[in-house]
This record gives sequence, structure tokens and C-alpha cells, in this order.
Amino acid sequence: MLVRNESIAPGPLLAMTGMTKQYPGCLANDQVSLTVERNQIHALLGENGAGKSTLVKMIYGVVKPDAGEIVWEGQKVTVPNPGAAQRLGIGMVFQHFSLFEALTVTENIALGLATAKERVGLRGRILQISTEYGLPLDPDRVVHDLSVGERQRIEIVRCLLQNPKLLIMDEPTSVLTPSEVQKLFVTLRRLASEGCSILYISHKLEEVRALCSAATIMRLGRNVARCAPAEKTVKELAEIMINMDLHRPTPRPPVASTAPPRLVVDRLTIRSHNQFGTDLKDISLSIAGGEILGIAGIAGNGQSELMDALSGEISAGKPESVLIDGVAAGHMGPADRRRIRGCFVPEERNGHGAVTTMSLADNAFLSGYLRGALVRFGVIDKKRTFVFAENIIRRFDVRTTGPKAEARSLSGGNLQKFLVGREVLQDPSVLVINQPTWGVDAGAALAIHEAIMALAQGGAAVMIISQDLDEIFVLADRIAVIAGGRVSEPVATRYATVESIGRLMGGTSVIADSSAEMAHALSDAR
Amino acid sequence: MTELLVAFLVSTVAAATPLLLAATGELVAEKAGVLNLGVEGMMLAGAIAGFATANETGVTTLGVLAALLAGTALALLFAVVSLTLQANQTATGLALTIFGRGFSALLGAGYVGIPAPTLPKLHIPLLSDIPILGPVVFGHDILVYLSFAILGAVAWCFRSTHLGLILRAVGDSHDAAHALGYAVLPIRYAAVAFGGALAGLAGAYMSLAYTPLWAQDMTAGRGWVAVALVTFAAWRPFWLLIGAWFFGALMYLSLYVQALGVAVPSALLSALPYIGTVVVLVLISRDRRLIRLHRPAMLGRPFQARA
Ligand SMILES: Nc1ncnc2c1ncn2[C@@H]1O[C@H](COP(=O)(O)OP(=O)(O)OP(=O)(O)O)[C@@H](O)[C@H]1O
Ligand SMILES: [Mg+2]
Repeated sequence: MLVRNESIAPGPLLAMTGMTKQYPGCLANDQVSLTVERNQIHALLGENGAGKSTLVKMIYGVVKPDAGEIVWEGQKVTVPNPGAAQRLGIGMVFQHFSLFEALTVTENIALGLATAKERVGLRGRILQISTEYGLPLDPDRVVHDLSVGERQRIEIVRCLLQNPKLLIMDEPTSVLTPSEVQKLFVTLRRLASEGCSILYISHKLEEVRALCSAATIMRLGRNVARCAPAEKTVKELAEIMINMDLHRPTPRPPVASTAPPRLVVDRLTIRSHNQFGTDLKDISLSIAGGEILGIAGIAGNGQSELMDALSGEISAGKPESVLIDGVAAGHMGPADRRRIRGCFVPEERNGHGAVTTMSLADNAFLSGYLRGALVRFGVIDKKRTFVFAENIIRRFDVRTTGPKAEARSLSGGNLQKFLVGREVLQDPSVLVINQPTWGVDAGAALAIHEAIMALAQGGAAVMIISQDLDEIFVLADRIAVIAGGRVSEPVATRYATVESIGRLMGGTSVIADSSAEMAHALSDAR
Repeated sequence: MTELLVAFLVSTVAAATPLLLAATGELVAEKAGVLNLGVEGMMLAGAIAGFATANETGVTTLGVLAALLAGTALALLFAVVSLTLQANQTATGLALTIFGRGFSALLGAGYVGIPAPTLPKLHIPLLSDIPILGPVVFGHDILVYLSFAILGAVAWCFRSTHLGLILRAVGDSHDAAHALGYAVLPIRYAAVAFGGALAGLAGAYMSLAYTPLWAQDMTAGRGWVAVALVTFAAWRPFWLLIGAWFFGALMYLSLYVQALGVAVPSALLSALPYIGTVVVLVLISRDRRLIRLHRPAMLGRPFQARA
């Protein structure tokens, strides 16, 4: 006789089948299935707009599925709202953070905890977890003043405090430094061994290979494959994802040493406009036409202040502190700097780079109206604006329904492509980009990198501010490091090593170690 | 001289009370992200409901209770239209004020010029008899003390309780609050209803204590000052109190100067408390960072759970 005992042989932790979600004009998920075993670190892969975030939002009860079945620990369940998900034991770190800007770190985390008992002594536990897992956080600071990297740490710590059975992480490492990533992995492996499954979304395939034991790959809203990532190379994974060959960007010829400087920063010293920011101290740089300068550094070392001072969101102190093509621009606002062909892509795309509730055409207009001559006699030239937006969408392969789509309806990576494209297509002579490929898939990252290189080839001076050393090494002719508001003397990329840059970034051996590991992983990957 | 000082202080506190009540209520609603411009209308509804009930029953406590209910009822009407049906909050608030004014005038037509029972002043033996201190500190009616207690409770609630934290969170980012599993709409309903109840109380204070009579439009724009106070105090409870007292003091001074017969146009003098309060508070709270930290980012924005 067959004895069935389900409690001894438990099935998977989570099994979903037939998940379907239709957005107006876009079938984001089409009959998707996903199974996560207990104690498993499971990767969810796919190009930008493949529907990954949509799928996990359905698990977490933020988005309501049109069809599909969710089986949690052997029971069929519906997840009407995030509260229900939390009661089941599901925690989630969102791709676009769900933080409260006006509240402190502690308050933000307290809001994520269900019962009063959990909130007792919270401040101390935050400190404890953040030091234990190497995610430094000051519990009393207001989120408004924190960098993207710091904000992400809050989300992670918030989830860890909830002791979930399933932890969903939507691109958690896209803004972390290599050493932070390594520490996070230690944490995640430990969690998995302690019985918590992890559903991990990332575009960084090296990470996925190192961390995840299983992967589900999506394309255009459908399942395309299940595999063990360690058995595939990065190239193979990427090719399944985007269904095409991936090549490396072709290297550019070296810049002539006689090329005149187009962007000059001269002894830039400013006090940060936010209480906890980093003051910029005596920064001097010069970028020639045709050159790409990479600024490496750990989040919160003055990158956002530097970006603001260059773009004109804050005054650079003296007019001569920033020279664009020889014009003293230190006192100019962003519009005036655009007029003299300086273009800028800020770090945070939602609300800073783009007005999320406006259409893509309107967003294109907001930045491009001067350089694209989109205003005629004080009236918006709708047709030209439309053409401009369409052009960006076509040239940068932005997956969307068209220029009329609201910016917030785009997947994260697609919005990033749109914003980079918007500035690149304005034919700038100086371009400054903060985190150019944050959350962008391998194919799109390549497209963005190639666009940046083509721009430099055409004679523009480009500055890349990034925490992704890999990206900096691929793109930059020279590399400088920002730490504590100072920028180091740039070194030519061919003389720099990941270790030497890593040391400058933080000065600790941990970073050098993990960077060496990264470098190793990277050379494997190629 | 002493008599003058006592009169000044007592009437300052009295004139500040309706403002303080209404502004505290509006503060709670705004902190939850709802801009209710119907304060003036809710105050008038409270004033007539309180006056009529006290007049018919002869019991002031019942009057106060009726005012509270009237304010809440109007606030809930506002909530249904602006939160559930997602009509524009500014327009809905303005409509509520217009409605409250008309409705109270209609109901109050029969009560013009009749005296009603007045809310008794507290009299504590010994304490209330102390010169100066007695009348200024211990000689008011119960609503005055209640207004302080409520303001203190609200300030404490915001700073130190989870409930207050949730309320601020909903006002700062309703999407994030929703994502964390908080029920945004019920929280906003509660905040708006609380605001309405306090506006009703403020109305009752006007018609049962401050000038114990019913007259059409008797709140004379105080509801608007309350709304302005909240903004110009940069959403900080303590500064509401300062602003309300400042208004009360200017009110007394303008009446006093008018009574002295100084040759200043009386229209200007009557406008003085309104203008003065706004100017002073604007000067106090110009700091942008301060405003960013305290201003509810979702103020006036409709919330819809995205499916
Ligand atoms: N609210 C919405 N309204 C309309 N379309 C939407 C909405 N949200 C997402 N979409 C569309 O659904 C598709 C899938 O989006 P989703 O955010 O799930 O992608 P993703 O796989 O997470 O991409 P990325 O890696 O760029 O974050 C995209 O084409 C996107 O434009
Ligand atoms: Mg996504």
C-alpha cells in the first residue's frame, strides 16, 4: 500500500504556473511559470522589459495577476496585498526603492515591521545587522540625504530584520561596490543555509553564476529556459537572454595628446548642500575632446555633489571652477550649460532624470528643447518633439509603446536607455553621466557603451561616474578615484589595475581582495 | 495697567483657540497627505450645529458634541469625493467651504440674534483667584485646555508613536506605504475625519464661548487662517501654537487700537492679524531643507493602488 505523507516530503517552497499580466498595450507576463525550492538561491534572468519585476510584484501582491496559480508551501494561495505576502513569509527589496524620504533610517525600517515586539530595541539591531553584514548605516539620518547605494542598504537591512522564508531581491547589487557585493553574497549564502530561499534578479551574470544554483530565464514576457547558471558561461547566459550574439565594444584609437581640453574643473571646492553630504575639496580635472574619463568610487564619497556641481544643479562656487569649451560655466544653471553643449545624466532616473508621470515625449522635451530647437515662438513644437522622442526610442532600442507612454510604465533598464539616449542625441561637446548602465541588461549596456564611445570618437569629452569598475575599465581612457570628496590624479587605464584602483577607493584590503576576485571572474567571462 | 495686561493675555488665548483647534486638525489631515481646504465650511457647520443643539436642549455639552459630529460628517463627505472618487482635492475642499457656508446660513436663519447657553469658564477655588496668573492660566473654559491637550497629544503621537509614524509615512509616499502593506485610504479617511472633528469643535468654540451668538459667516475666515498656519508653521505642531497666539495677540491689539480711535482705516486694522501672522510665519520658515523635511510630499495627490 502506498503511504502518502506530504509533511515528510515537502514540495517546492513556491510554485507558480500560468502567470499572466496584461498592461495596456503590453503583455508583460504570458503564461509564466517559476518554481523555487527550499534553501535555494534562484536567479530570474531576462533582458530589460522581459517582465521580471512584474512577475515578482505579483508574488509580493503589489500587482494583481490576470491569470495564474501561486502555490506556497503546497497550498494554493492568493496574495491580494503586500501585507498578505509578509504574513506568508515573503520579503522583497524593490528595484526602485520604496523608501520614505522625509523619515529617518530607523523610522523607515520600523514601518516594515509588523508587530510592536519586533520594533523594540530596533535602533540597536539595525546597527548590529548592518555591521555584521557589512552594510554600514547610520540609523538616525534622514533618507532624503542618502545616496542610492546607502538607500539600498536600508532596504536590504529591512528585509533581513523580517526573517523571511523567501527573500526577493530585484537587482540588489546594481549600485553596490565590489566589496559590498561580496559581503552581501556571504549574507545571502548564510541566509540560504539557514533555510531562507532567495529569488534573485540581476543583470550581472558573473554574480549570478557565482551565487545561484538555478535560474529561470525570461524573454518578452515568456519563459525561455531553466538552467544551472554555473554550467553556462556568461556569454551563453546572455545569449539565451537576448537571443543574439554578444560582442565586446571595439576599442577606440588612443586620444591625440595634443587634443585641447573641453571640460576643465579647476580647484572646485564646495560645501555640500545637504547636511550629511560630502564636501568637495579642491578638485581639478581636465578632459580633452575625444577622451573618456572614468571616476571610480564607493557611493557617498562626493559623487552626487560632483555631478550637481558639473550639471549646474548647484553653483560651483566660482564661475571659473567649471569651464565648458573654455566658457566659465560655474555660475550657470543646467539650461545655460546645455546651451553651450554640456549634457548630463543624473544617477536617479525616477523623479530626477525623468518626470515619471509625464510621457516620454514630454520628458524628451524637458531636456532637449534647447539643443533640439523644439520651441518655436514660445510654443512647443509637438511634431519635432515627437520625432526627437521617436528617434531616441529607435536608436536606443527602448522597449515601449511609443513616445506617448508614461515614463513610469517603462521597465527600469528601458527608461535608463531612454535617458542616456536623450542626452547623447543632443550632440553634446561635454557629457557627464552618473551610473550609465545602472540596471541595464547586457545587450543594452553594450549599446549604451557603444553610444558613449561613438560620442567620444566624434570629439566630445565624456566623464563617467560609476561604481562599476568593470564598466570603467571598458570605457575610460583615464581613471580617477573619488574618495572623501577628493579626486585622485587620473591614471591611464592601461597602467591601472583593478587592485590599484580598489585600494584608492577605500584603502582597505577587503576591497582589493574582492576586486581581485572580480577581475578574475571578469577575465573568465571573456 | 495690570487689568489691561490680563485682558490682553486672556483674550489672546481665547482668540487663538479656534485657530489652534482647526489648525491641529488640518495638520493631521495634511500630514497624511490630504489637503482639505474645507476647514472654513466645517467650522461653520460645527458652529451652527453646536449653537442650535445647545439652544434647543439647553445643554452646552450636547452642543459641543453635535458640532464635533457635524464637522466629522462634512469631512467624511469630503473624503468620499476626494479619496474614494479621487476628485481634485483643492476643488473639493473649496466646494466644501461653499457648501458649509450656505448650509449653515440656511440652518441658522432662525437663530440669528438669540442668546444661547454659554460654555462655562472653569473656576478652581484658590487657583483661579490668584491675581493675573489666576484668570490667565486657570480661568478659561474646557475647550481651551482641550485644545492644548490635543495639540500636545498630536505632537507626541507624531514624534513617538507607531501610529504617528504610519501617518507621516502615508503622507510622504503613499506608494511606498502601500508596498509595505499599509492601508492608505483608511488611514487617510481617519486623518480627514479627525481634522473635521476638530474643525467642528473650533466652530463650537466660536458660537458657544468666544462670541456666544449665531451670526452668518461668524468664523470670518479663521478656517483659512488655520490652513495657512499649517503651511507657514512648516507642519510643526509647536509653531502652530506660536502662530495661533500671535494671531490672537494681533486681534486684540487691532481691536484695542480701534477702540482708542486712532486714525487708521478700520479695514486695515481688521486685516492686520491675518496679514501679520502670515508674514511672520513666512519669515520664520523660509528654510528649504526644513520645508522638504516636514512637508508631506504627497500633499493633495490622489492615491490609487496600481493593479
Ligand atoms: N504600469 C505599467 N503600465 C504599462 N506597462 C507596464 C507597466 N509596468 C510595466 N510595464 C511594461 O511591462 C513590461 C515588463 O516590465 P518589467 O518592469 O517587469 O520588466 P523587467 O524585466 O523588470 O525589466 P528591467 O530589467 O528593465 O527592470 C515592460 O515592457 C514595461 O514597459
Ligand atoms: Mg525590473
